[in-house]
Amino acid sequence: MIESIADFFAPAIALWLEVWAWFPADMQTLLLILGKIVLILAPLMICVAYITYAERKIIGYMQIRIGPNRVGFRGWLQPIADAMKLMFKEVIIPTKSDKYLFLIAPVLSIMPALAAWAVIPFDRGMALTDVNAGLLYVLALTSIGVYGVIIAGWASNSKYAILSSLRVGAQIVAYEIAMGFALVGVLMASGSLNMSDIVEGQSGGFWSWYIWPLLPMFFVYFISGVAETNRAPFDVAEGESEIVAGFHVEYSGMAFAVFFLAEYANIILISALTAMLFLGGWLSPFEGVLDADHWLAATSFFWFFGKACIFAFCFLWFRATFPRYRYDQIMRLGWKVFIPVTIVWLFVEAVMVVAEVGPWAV
Amino acid sequence: MTITDFLFFAFAGVTVAAALGVVASRNPVHSALFLVLTFFSCSAIWLMLEAEFLAITLVLVYVGAVMVLFLFVVMMLDINVAKMREGFVSYLPVGILFALLMLGLMVYVVGPVGPDVMGTAALDNAVKHAADYSNTEALGEILYTDYVLAFEIAAIILLVAIIAAISLTLRRRPATKYQTPGKQIKVKRDDRLKIIESDAEVLK
Repeated sequence: MIESIADFFAPAIALWLEVWAWFPADMQTLLLILGKIVLILAPLMICVAYITYAERKIIGYMQIRIGPNRVGFRGWLQPIADAMKLMFKEVIIPTKSDKYLFLIAPVLSIMPALAAWAVIPFDRGMALTDVNAGLLYVLALTSIGVYGVIIAGWASNSKYAILSSLRVGAQIVAYEIAMGFALVGVLMASGSLNMSDIVEGQSGGFWSWYIWPLLPMFFVYFISGVAETNRAPFDVAEGESEIVAGFHVEYSGMAFAVFFLAEYANIILISALTAMLFLGGWLSPFEGVLDADHWLAATSFFWFFGKACIFAFCFLWFRATFPRYRYDQIMRLGWKVFIPVTIVWLFVEAVMVVAEVGPWAV
Repeated sequence: MTITDFLFFAFAGVTVAAALGVVASRNPVHSALFLVLTFFSCSAIWLMLEAEFLAITLVLVYVGAVMVLFLFVVMMLDINVAKMREGFVSYLPVGILFALLMLGLMVYVVGPVGPDVMGTAALDNAVKHAADYSNTEALGEILYTDYVLAFEIAAIILLVAIIAAISLTLRRRPATKYQTPGKQIKVKRDDRLKIIESDAEVLK
């Protein structure tokens, strides 16, 4: 049976290999990279679609409701239906808006959210590119995500939108500094900017993960991540009770959907990064406890996925639990609490390096 | 033309076009965004020069922070485009003169003619680094050994600038009302609420 199937496909495979050999070497590399990009982005888009479903279901259950349950079995097709609806709606461009910037803004917002995945290793040796300055690259790309929001606010030529984009601008610049300092802490612990090296530096079991020596940094990083993605309780950018929907109030149809995709892609990105930088990414928590050849102690993509899911769940949990922060309190938290905490912990880390404790033990 | 050449010319073309856009566009917000594009394509060229740390830092610092604040200020201005366009032609000759001067200087300093102060002649037969070459490490090794004094002095100057900027903008305004979160948190029920005894009254 298997042989006959192999015989059936053999000519097709041979033909394909012949066609493949035709391409010049540069072209082959380019096509391979494009293929890998598709392999990363297609599951990511499915994750984005289903995190919106998960959000509505989880918040629903937290508020003792059922959530979407009409489209498909238990509402499983709800995100597909939403996507179809948004695709067929008209994209309305306000008369007095800056048309080009108005349409570029959603693109600018989703581009960094997707491009950052280029350096994320999903398993040992499983990354699109494993560059030396991976951590810096991620930090740089997440920092330019703010342009989409600012430009959207300005180009809409609407009061609510511009108020929102001013809020976002100030908020993201403030939290980026704390986030950067928290990453400096990780950098000191791993001694490398390379993502794979950072994860490998945490090998040795549950207690070798960077979350333990860098506990304050972990909290600062994750909370700053929530603030960077403009999620509740830091969602003053789209505070419904004050400025309707904020920067995307004038957007409709697919242009709005792209903003939506970018927000959720960013949530998944921050969750994945937190899992990787502080919880040892693809490493198993049972490393060192179980035998080395036990299947639970093996490194796996599923550990990484599971850890990222925990943080993604926290994003939804926060939204169901906390009331929105007042704007001056957000600013105070960013500048007067998080930045001093990270700087103090950098000093503590320096002392730990000298005393050779934790990850710096020789 | 190899793919590297193609990429270089593509990014260089975008850089020049965007730089022209900065001075030529009518709207200051568009100018600021063109400047962002210029930075971005410059950083791509740096990346091709194997200077990945500098390239990413350019994006991180200038695109991610400085230009955001720039845009922030420009966005809030009430811009009279017609007025801003006045004098564009009369300033043009001076602008072109300075542009040519800059070009001449650059060619003189780094170009094929001139005293070769930057040592560019040696770069003609430069070899590519191996794939495991880390620009970050190379920079760090030089900055923290050979040039540590200059580096520390630059850091102190920056610190002084930060403190100066804060002290310039910090002014006491007794008239403004603000909340102290510490006091807000410390409030107990007894500070705000008083329960008093009173006899029941019959309303007539």
